[in-house]
Amino acid sequence: MLLYDLLIGPFVEFPFMRRALVGGLAVSLGAAPIGLFLMLRRMSLIGDAMAHAILPGAALGFLIGGLSLGAMTIGGLVAGFSVALLAGAISRATLVKEDMALAAFYLLSLATGVLILSGAKTNIDVLSLLFGSILALDDPTLLLIVSVASLTMAALAMGYRGLLLECLDPGFAAGVSRHGALFHLGFLALVVLNLVAGFHALGTLLVVGIMMLPAGTARLWSDDVTAMLGIAVLAAMVSNFTGLLISYHFGLASGPAIILVAGLVYVASLIVAPLGLMRRLMPRRHLEA
Amino acid sequence: MVPSLAFHDLTLGYDRHPAVHHLDGVVKAASLLAVVGPNGGGKSTLLKGIAGRIEPLGGSIENRFPSLAYMPQIGDLSRDFPVSVYDLALTGLCSRRGIFGRISRSDRDRAYEAIARVGLDGFEDRSIRTLSGGQLQRLLFARLMLQDAPLILLDEPFAAIDQRTIADLLVIIENWHAEGRTILCVLHDFEVVRQHFPDSLLVAREPIAWGPTATVLTEANLARARAMSEAFDREAAFCERAA
Repeated sequence: MLLYDLLIGPFVEFPFMRRALVGGLAVSLGAAPIGLFLMLRRMSLIGDAMAHAILPGAALGFLIGGLSLGAMTIGGLVAGFSVALLAGAISRATLVKEDMALAAFYLLSLATGVLILSGAKTNIDVLSLLFGSILALDDPTLLLIVSVASLTMAALAMGYRGLLLECLDPGFAAGVSRHGALFHLGFLALVVLNLVAGFHALGTLLVVGIMMLPAGTARLWSDDVTAMLGIAVLAAMVSNFTGLLISYHFGLASGPAIILVAGLVYVASLIVAPLGLMRRLMPRRHLEA
Repeated sequence: MVPSLAFHDLTLGYDRHPAVHHLDGVVKAASLLAVVGPNGGGKSTLLKGIAGRIEPLGGSIENRFPSLAYMPQIGDLSRDFPVSVYDLALTGLCSRRGIFGRISRSDRDRAYEAIARVGLDGFEDRSIRTLSGGQLQRLLFARLMLQDAPLILLDEPFAAIDQRTIADLLVIIENWHAEGRTILCVLHDFEVVRQHFPDSLLVAREPIAWGPTATVLTEANLARARAMSEAFDREAAFCERAA
């Protein structure tokens, strides 16, 4: 019974734990594959930049509509889409690289947001925006998270080949398909959607953790993108489950606990995974040819 | 109508400085054309223009081929991307099957066949980051085969490639030629051009000569090309040649 109390009991006993688990697993399904593609595009830090772009929009929504799901979601989406699409379009049309374009527009978004909020003289609980409230997910929020996860998986399944080709060889992709812009901008839109859905659970900044850490973990275990997708989702889900339990048993904040577990999984993989440090420290015998 | 590729008073370049200046002419269907000339003479720029990567500064390119395959000198391919030799070859099928189209079993067999024909059998499951420069070039030729395009543009395919690989790849190019495909290939090795390429275009910003290789690669023409490749002129005046 000890194991039951440790692993399953909390979820059976408390509805809020069940909702947190469902929300966390759904966020994992959408965000982890997105993080993997970000990593493959060498845009691992873009998620963080986008999160900063979304924050002022969400805060503004909060200012106008109070603690309402709709206002904060719409605010975050508007700010995120504007920054992502502008930066994506600018990088396709000019010499400016995507990371610089994103840096410029997310900083504009951030500064504008801070300016408006500082003028509004309202005391917003910024902490809940930053770190989310996975233990307080209501039905509409859960529905939003699950919808975004479903949409993400459907979109990735359909656009898988084009997206991979865009990551692998953008010049070649442009030569064989006129849809390059669609895949590029569509993908950025998915990044924003997942960040906005995820911030209700984990907060605008920590949601990047469930996006990128499992992706980094997956890269260390496999050289095959399909396998990496599975590993990333699995790592994200395990981190959610374990993080929630740790936060429950030790009375810790849930969001940071989940991300810390994801981080520990990454560090452990860094050491023991086939493509990690262990292979360097203990090389196997080489072959004849 | 027989497909062809024509240049009409074509000027291509960067920041208003021409790299290809007032080029006129027609690349006949099924020809095997070497594009030669000094560095900075506009060879790569011409291929980029045909591939549609840059817009002409003047004149036009009339391309009647239904599709083309382009191998740039320095591609965008990220070499550390986790993809196998087989999967990278398969991407060549995207030009015919599209981004969403189904890849059939016979398509897959063709991919294995192409990999075997470039001499990479046994490498199918290897990650591309484990390939040497020459092996990667062989793989990119396999991808070109699967693209199955009537017009093929190759930008210095033999740079930093050993003799044996060059010989193997030349066989593939000659097969393409025999199949009736039109090929433009940028090269620096005049011996290879003389032996394998029936036609040549010599450019040194200005077109110098275009025709059968023996009449193009003459001492006089090559000396003119060298003389033309003067330094990039910062103070260049506006070109007054009638368009």
